[in-house]
Amino acid sequence: MDIKQFISSGILELYVYGALSEKENAEVYNALKEHPEIEEEVKEIEKSLMKLSAATAPYNPESVFNRIKEKLNFTDNDVDVIPITPKRNKWPSYIGWAASVALLIGLFIQFNKNKDLRQQLVESQIEQNLLEGKINVAEEDLSKAKTLLSVLRDKDILQIPLQAQEIAPTAYAAVYWDKEKQTAYIDVAGLPTPPPGKVYQVWSLKLDPLTPTSLGILDKFTEEETKIFSFTNPNESEAFGITLEPEGGSESPTLEQLYTLGVVES
Amino acid sequence: MQSNELILQLQQKNEKAFQRIYEMYAENIFGVIYTILRDETLSEEVLQDVFVKVWNKADSYSEKKGRFFTWILNIARNAAIDKTRSVAFKNLQQNQTADYFVDILEEKSNFSNKMDAIGIKKYINILEPICKKVIDLLFFKGYTQKEASEELDIPIGTIKTRNRICINKLREVLEV
Repeated sequence: MDIKQFISSGILELYVYGALSEKENAEVYNALKEHPEIEEEVKEIEKSLMKLSAATAPYNPESVFNRIKEKLNFTDNDVDVIPITPKRNKWPSYIGWAASVALLIGLFIQFNKNKDLRQQLVESQIEQNLLEGKINVAEEDLSKAKTLLSVLRDKDILQIPLQAQEIAPTAYAAVYWDKEKQTAYIDVAGLPTPPPGKVYQVWSLKLDPLTPTSLGILDKFTEEETKIFSFTNPNESEAFGITLEPEGGSESPTLEQLYTLGVVES
Repeated sequence: MQSNELILQLQQKNEKAFQRIYEMYAENIFGVIYTILRDETLSEEVLQDVFVKVWNKADSYSEKKGRFFTWILNIARNAAIDKTRSVAFKNLQQNQTADYFVDILEEKSNFSNKMDAIGIKKYINILEPICKKVIDLLFFKGYTQKEASEELDIPIGTIKTRNRICINKLREVLEV
């Protein structure tokens, strides 16, 4: 096919006019599909004719479009025309979404873990405080016990067991007396708990004639776990006794309420 | 020019695609209608009908039938010629001395495209009378070669080539 001759025959102008027979029309269509230069020629002819006919319009009928839209009941909802491009691979966006979700889950798990750890830390701190308190108590107890032990082991200390009396046959007590330091330690672990409103009172005694001197009251009887109390004892004691007295103690011992009594052996 | 993607979207009833099509073809189709009717109101009515048809019948267009421009052109010419049979058209006491598109162009002063206007003014000045008639009948009025040859009393075999010469001059001045 002679393309130049085909073009110069004038058939393409009539093709754009729409003035060809069906057979000729098909002939041109096949030719322009086969030869890009023919298609190019058709486009140029069309362009010049569009310009020519546009020039014969009395004005640009832009305003008519609104009437057409109304007539066609347009919704104006359609998105703007975008040139058709090759379909985008959606995988990157899927992966992106998946990654975001995974990250979110990860953050959530980390957040919960963090919360748990904080909780554990607080609990540990409380436990530590408790333990520290216990240690303090234990250390205190230990130092007390050590003191007591050293007292008991001291060869200069006098040990005076106080025997039970009629009123409480099972009661017993002991006095550890450091004469030099003028201190008496009273061990009352063997005494029953005093009834309410009553208190034990410790006495230093001279025997001939019987002269009691109060060393003090055991008003902390229930609180003191070791049941060992220390008193200053500057007296030349010959015996020690413990009586049950009304709260606050008495001037002189109530002998009917004598719980224990022991004589210092010299 | 012709965008197959745009036409496809039009056929899928995309309103925005339709608007683009309107913007591309409305003025030149309006020109063709006006060349036949010589009345702005009637021409607007026909233009409206034409584009309603373009929307409703878009499916029936196929690239194999020809250019999309040609398809609309055919609808427009037929609609405009139908209108010439209407009472409204016949009642127009119009001066029917202006027979060719050329007369419109000679009278016209307000071109929307100034660049093209200069070329087209120049074009009609140099155009042979036979060209004016050939283009008017074949392009604007949609005559067949046979009809045109009878109307102009020239051999049918020369219509195609004569027309080509006329259009080449147009393309020269428009630099297309």
